[in-house]
Amino acid sequence: MGLRRVAIVGAGLTKFMRRAEETGRELSFYAGKMALESAGMTLKDIQCVAESTAPDAFDGVHMNGEYLSDGSGGWRKPYLRSYVGGGSGVFVVIHGWYQVASGMFDTCLVVASEKMSSCHPHPQGAFLNIFDNFIERPLGCNLLWIFALEMNRYMTVHNISHEQIALVSVKNKRNALDNPVAQIPEKITVQDVLNSEVLAWPVHRLDISPTSDGAGALVLVSEELAYKYTDKPVWIDGVGWNLDTTYWTNKDLYYPRYVEKAAKMAYKMAGITEPRKEIHIAEPYDPFDYKELHHMEGLLLCEKGEAPKLTEKGVTQRDGALPTCPSGGLLGVGNPIAASGVMKVCEMFWQLRGEAGARQVTRDCKTALAQAWGDLMQVGTVVVLRK
Amino acid sequence: MKAITREMLGGTPLKEKDFEKGRVLYYDDHLRTAYNWDAGVAMGKFLQGLKEGKIYGVRCSKCKRVVTPPRVFCEECYAPIEEWVELKDTGVIDSFSICYVRWDASRIKKPEVPAIILIDGADRAGIMHKLGEVDPKKVKIGMKVKAVWKRKKERTGSILDIKYFKPIK
Repeated sequence: MGLRRVAIVGAGLTKFMRRAEETGRELSFYAGKMALESAGMTLKDIQCVAESTAPDAFDGVHMNGEYLSDGSGGWRKPYLRSYVGGGSGVFVVIHGWYQVASGMFDTCLVVASEKMSSCHPHPQGAFLNIFDNFIERPLGCNLLWIFALEMNRYMTVHNISHEQIALVSVKNKRNALDNPVAQIPEKITVQDVLNSEVLAWPVHRLDISPTSDGAGALVLVSEELAYKYTDKPVWIDGVGWNLDTTYWTNKDLYYPRYVEKAAKMAYKMAGITEPRKEIHIAEPYDPFDYKELHHMEGLLLCEKGEAPKLTEKGVTQRDGALPTCPSGGLLGVGNPIAASGVMKVCEMFWQLRGEAGARQVTRDCKTALAQAWGDLMQVGTVVVLRK
Repeated sequence: MKAITREMLGGTPLKEKDFEKGRVLYYDDHLRTAYNWDAGVAMGKFLQGLKEGKIYGVRCSKCKRVVTPPRVFCEECYAPIEEWVELKDTGVIDSFSICYVRWDASRIKKPEVPAIILIDGADRAGIMHKLGEVDPKKVKIGMKVKAVWKRKKERTGSILDIKYFKPIK
């Protein structure tokens, strides 16, 4: 395709928090600086900046990308913000990849930050604007509805129990106990999830990730420069993204076909024909526990309806054959929208390099995957990474 | 690089007492913006239909699929849609929830039952609405439902002209 191979050579995160003292620009700076320093670089080495943050309504700052640009290291540089709702955090890595793969730039700093705590009384107020103006918003809907409808459909089609789904929340929150970034690491049981408050049946409180403030950053460089900055580059060998219709009530929610299309695009680019064998570790997007399972199926990491069974068997634990969300995921680490996707890519970067510390998975991993999802049950964003 | 530690990470989590003691400052504002959205060609006619107590769909000129809510182009074929079809005001529950919270996370005692209803006469095309006249615990996916309309003179050309859908045999 005439594209250059692109390496990740540095990664940085802030803590994820319910409410941070810092502004979005300050959080961006901390994550960006940490990523640059981890690669032994300064901003002078960076030729362009790819930034992402959720739509402006969350912050109440119009053109929020411009506001965040200095904290992201983007001033007087080719700077561009991209976002696709919850899919943004992986999409911005694809956006950064393109800048370098295309040959336009040799180095790119990718930064994503989020301040969800600014929107009062609850950031759901901003989420509501995604529903159809005419036939959905007048119903007085809230964001939980679409997740509850999707979860119920998924459970009913495959005859999946809530106990099976709750195992994901138990696993991810426990994995987060080893993650210094984490906002709500916890040791809980399946029964705790089932006994937690019913918010929008079948969704209970412990099925859901929290709202968060936080930032993440990555440094991408061309193949020619990779070994100048590290002896352990992690290669972005496949990228894929796909957007489905906004007529979300017209499709069968039991399966995310847009995630499958995004995954197939990334697998093709990476030369992967058997993802179940060739993907060794994954960070599927888990804003709700059932969504990790839903996404594993869309990513073709198992058959439709099979993800709960793999989870029950322990396959997705850190010592399993296909560890998923070893970071602790959004359920345990937190969900500062765009930053959470970058967090997933950071985790895969550290896992492939053997630098994940207490979170390091047992099996040897050469190929990793990170995925995010967003909009009105609409977008899938996928990257395939290799060491 | 060594594994990350808490000390390496920027960010200061705030606690309630930070605000109580005035240690951190903030600025509060309310953005006031008002909008007046044009319903458009397809949705405009759909809303007119609701005023008349009818649910309209459209048929794609190319794939012949009948869908609702109406649109002037088929998103699958990218072909024009001009044919209007009157659908039934009955359908099947494709999925539902029993919801105890409002958008601002405040709690409600009597739960709402939002649902996706596949409208009869369309090809697997659902719309979102609420269910009524039913014990939430007895709702099942696959149940047949029918629209309960507001009285004619109360209808305004809004999705709320349908009060809710109720189960039928």
